Amino acid sequence: MGEVEVAALRGVDIDLRDGEMVVLLGPSGSGKSTLLNLLGGLDRPTEGTLEYRGTRLLFDDDASLTRYRRDCVGFVFQFYNLIPSLTARENVAIVTEIARDPLPPEDALGLVGLGGRMDHFPSQLSGGEQQRVAIARAVAKRPDLLLCDEPTGALDVSTGKVVLEVLDRVNRELGTTTAIITHNAAIGGLADRVMTMHDGSIARVAENARRMGPDEVTW
Amino acid sequence: MRAIHRKLWRDLWHMRGQALAIVLLVACATMTFVGAVSTRRSLQVSRGHYYDRNRLADAWASLRRAPEDVAEEVLRIPGVAEVETRVVAEVQLSVTGFPDPVVGRLVSLPAGGGQPGMNRLHLRSGRLPEPGRAREVVAGEAFVKAHRLRPGDRVGAVIHGRRQDLTIVGVALSPEYVFQARTGAVMPDDKRFGVFWMPRDGLAAAADMDGAFDDITLRLSRGASEPAVIAAVDRVLAPYGGTGAYGRDRHMPTRYLSDEIKQLRGTAIVVPSIFLGVAAFLLNVLVGRVVATQREQVGVLKAFGWGNGAIGLHYAWMVLVMVLAGTALGIAGGVWLGRAMTAQYTIFYRLPVFEHELETWVPAVAAALSVAAGLLGVAGALARAVRLPPAEAMRPAAPASFHATPMERLGIGRLLSPAGRMVVRNLGRRPVRSLLSSLGIAFAVAILVTGMFFGDAMDAFIDVQFRLSDRSDASVAFTAPLPADAALELRRQDGVLRVEPYRAVGVRMSAGPRAAHTALLGLDPGGELRRVADGLEGPAAIPDAGVMLSRRLAQNLSVGVGDRVTVEVLEGRRPVREVTVSALADELLGTSAYTSLPALARLLDEPGSISGAFLAVDPTAEEGLWRRLREMPKVAAIGQAKAELEAFRTMSAEFLLFFASVLVVLASVIAGGVVYNAARITFAERSRELATLRVVGLTRAEVSSVLLGELAVLVALAIPMGWLIGYGLATLTAGSVESDLYRIPVVVSRASYAWSALVVVAAAVAVALLVRRRVDRLDLVSVLKTRE
Repeated sequence: MGEVEVAALRGVDIDLRDGEMVVLLGPSGSGKSTLLNLLGGLDRPTEGTLEYRGTRLLFDDDASLTRYRRDCVGFVFQFYNLIPSLTARENVAIVTEIARDPLPPEDALGLVGLGGRMDHFPSQLSGGEQQRVAIARAVAKRPDLLLCDEPTGALDVSTGKVVLEVLDRVNRELGTTTAIITHNAAIGGLADRVMTMHDGSIARVAENARRMGPDEVTW
Repeated sequence: MRAIHRKLWRDLWHMRGQALAIVLLVACATMTFVGAVSTRRSLQVSRGHYYDRNRLADAWASLRRAPEDVAEEVLRIPGVAEVETRVVAEVQLSVTGFPDPVVGRLVSLPAGGGQPGMNRLHLRSGRLPEPGRAREVVAGEAFVKAHRLRPGDRVGAVIHGRRQDLTIVGVALSPEYVFQARTGAVMPDDKRFGVFWMPRDGLAAAADMDGAFDDITLRLSRGASEPAVIAAVDRVLAPYGGTGAYGRDRHMPTRYLSDEIKQLRGTAIVVPSIFLGVAAFLLNVLVGRVVATQREQVGVLKAFGWGNGAIGLHYAWMVLVMVLAGTALGIAGGVWLGRAMTAQYTIFYRLPVFEHELETWVPAVAAALSVAAGLLGVAGALARAVRLPPAEAMRPAAPASFHATPMERLGIGRLLSPAGRMVVRNLGRRPVRSLLSSLGIAFAVAILVTGMFFGDAMDAFIDVQFRLSDRSDASVAFTAPLPADAALELRRQDGVLRVEPYRAVGVRMSAGPRAAHTALLGLDPGGELRRVADGLEGPAAIPDAGVMLSRRLAQNLSVGVGDRVTVEVLEGRRPVREVTVSALADELLGTSAYTSLPALARLLDEPGSISGAFLAVDPTAEEGLWRRLREMPKVAAIGQAKAELEAFRTMSAEFLLFFASVLVVLASVIAGGVVYNAARITFAERSRELATLRVVGLTRAEVSSVLLGELAVLVALAIPMGWLIGYGLATLTAGSVESDLYRIPVVVSRASYAWSALVVVAAAVAVALLVRRRVDRLDLVSVLKTRE
């Protein structure tokens, strides 16, 4: 069997506006994760460019990508990806120690409602709590851009809502531009804009007249 | 090929790096086992055949002079099967083109021609002397090779003051001289010492031994008691100046060879055990990890009806493939190592038909041991795979739980960065695995320390001999005791800077039921050229009265300072005296006794007699001095301790270098294998974490430091452990070869400690860099999308 070239994204052209909340919707294989990985500097496009505040990202320069991730981007993953050998506070600290102007880890954890569980190890936290630690870790370095890949994908509804509340609060209080990818259409109600992806391209962009509160969202 | 076998091969291919490390470790275990066992076997077999075929004597005795018919008396002793009398003389030789003094030991061959009844020669070239040709000699091969002599060449000898030219007609080996060193010398120097065999009549005439003998060899009848025979022989020979009979265990060359064989036995056990232990541990970790990551596969297989036995067998085969590949490689390596070691031993031991022999049971046992060690190592993991219920196997394993380590609870943790804490907690979460990894690396360090210890011990030994004990440039031995003015005559010679006379007598020393034969040496208490070393630090003071015993002799006699011992002098008027032990000296060499020259003169009732002298010599006037000393009829032998030790060091250098190189390779395999394995396992278990760290913005170097930090801690812990274990192994090795002849000082130099650490660190760094490349190639995207 030979190698077959598959284009994950085709003709995608988007702008993210300062401080907005964007939800990227789409079924599996529609290319939303690939787009997120490109936005976060984890992956390289075969063609095309990406600009961050007027500067083109140099995908061939690993050091500059690392710097971009370190200084500008915060990630939240579906499976949290916490370091099991570090406590909640230390999981945040490992990022704040290399950031230029971070929140204290304690404040970041307070922001996600975990001020009381800072010295717990991941194995001592529930899934929702782990995801909130992951959010605290992502926002503690005050990124301009917060990228969330199925942040509620591994959680039940009520825990998922708590996580969405935290994301909403971070976006509103810190003004962090936030992009959430999900296949859960209900989450789209939280966003300023909802982009729907299909087969590697953006099929539809809808602007919400009013952002719903996380408590209003149901699925 | 069945699908399960494809899985086996693909799994192995997938973990090829770690599998290779295990294959190499098993190969090293097998190689050292096969190499040491086959070399030991070859030495033993060659020695056995040689001693049997050439009829090595069971006991020896030297005496001053006895008429031939005394032999009849010895033969009548119960237990004595055969007696052969000989004339043996140590004389000065001159070899064309070699100005230094050379000592030759001349051993008589039967008067009627032909081979002696025991200690028969193994002729390498030429022939035995023809009857009636008094000046034809057979020369020992070691000497002939060292001087590149050939049959037909001549050497000059001064026998009892008469100069004779001896013609070499044959070159031979003798079972009696598998190791050739001059009387009183520690080490062989083939240029300055040689053994020669010449017809009895010629030697007897030259040495004034017509109708008499001064040396006797015995063979005992089966079941005879050696100590009883020796005691009886001593009684018979005492009136003729007998200096004490001894068996094979006190015959230096025979003893050296059996010590070597004994030591190889230790090597054949200790070194392979280390490798197999480390290999078993690595297999345990690797297969344990494979089973853990394949839980779901095991579950699926079981769900579809695969039996527990079949699952167990599948993983057992995984182990067997690695172990058997290592064994095969190791057997080939072992044959090579055995041949190379055997070749190295021929530098020291002169055995004919010294061929490398590999018996079929050796590789079979090696394979069985490796398989057993391998399966033992993975028994736990196999049991886990077998026991895993299918439903549970399908669920992911419970997440790893971590705690703050005790060290951190004490508050030290605050000093660590989060990365540092990750390192500490990951090690602390699996303390046994971490400790065993460290221990494995420690054994690599230990192997190097033990290997280099031999060189250090030799240096220490030589240092003690030079710096503390024998600091003379030459020692002169007279043919018989002379009045003290003989020393003055030596002092008058051109080039002699200092002369210190000594008196040496053979004695039998006893305390209660215990007795020992030894030399009692009378030294100048203020002497600088020949002192008595006490330990490695300083010389012991020669007592003005009483005797000073080497610690080993005191132990053999079970006496201490202040006790009385009976001294029977074995020459001259053979006085018997009671003397007090006034001091002990911790000597490396022999079991001697010392006193001051005046005290010995009183004991012997022979004021002012000396046996020889130690000289300090002006190097620029050496050559002429040697020539003049050679011409002095009363000078029996000139020894050059320093030159001999240098020669020995040169000779052993190649031997030591060979072993050091083999050990460096072996240690690197262990260290590399353990570190590589630890790194790969850590990497596999934590690639998700490492990728996460990369994603949140840590650089490659920062992420690598988490991975490499763990390895660095393991290596750092291993080094002091390895030094300790190495020192312990060195002590064991030294203890196992300690005898009345010599003791190996347990000395490991700083350089050896440093080198052992350096080699292991270098191997660890090389391997760690190999794994670090994986950090650079981490697939950030795919790691994050999947749950482990």
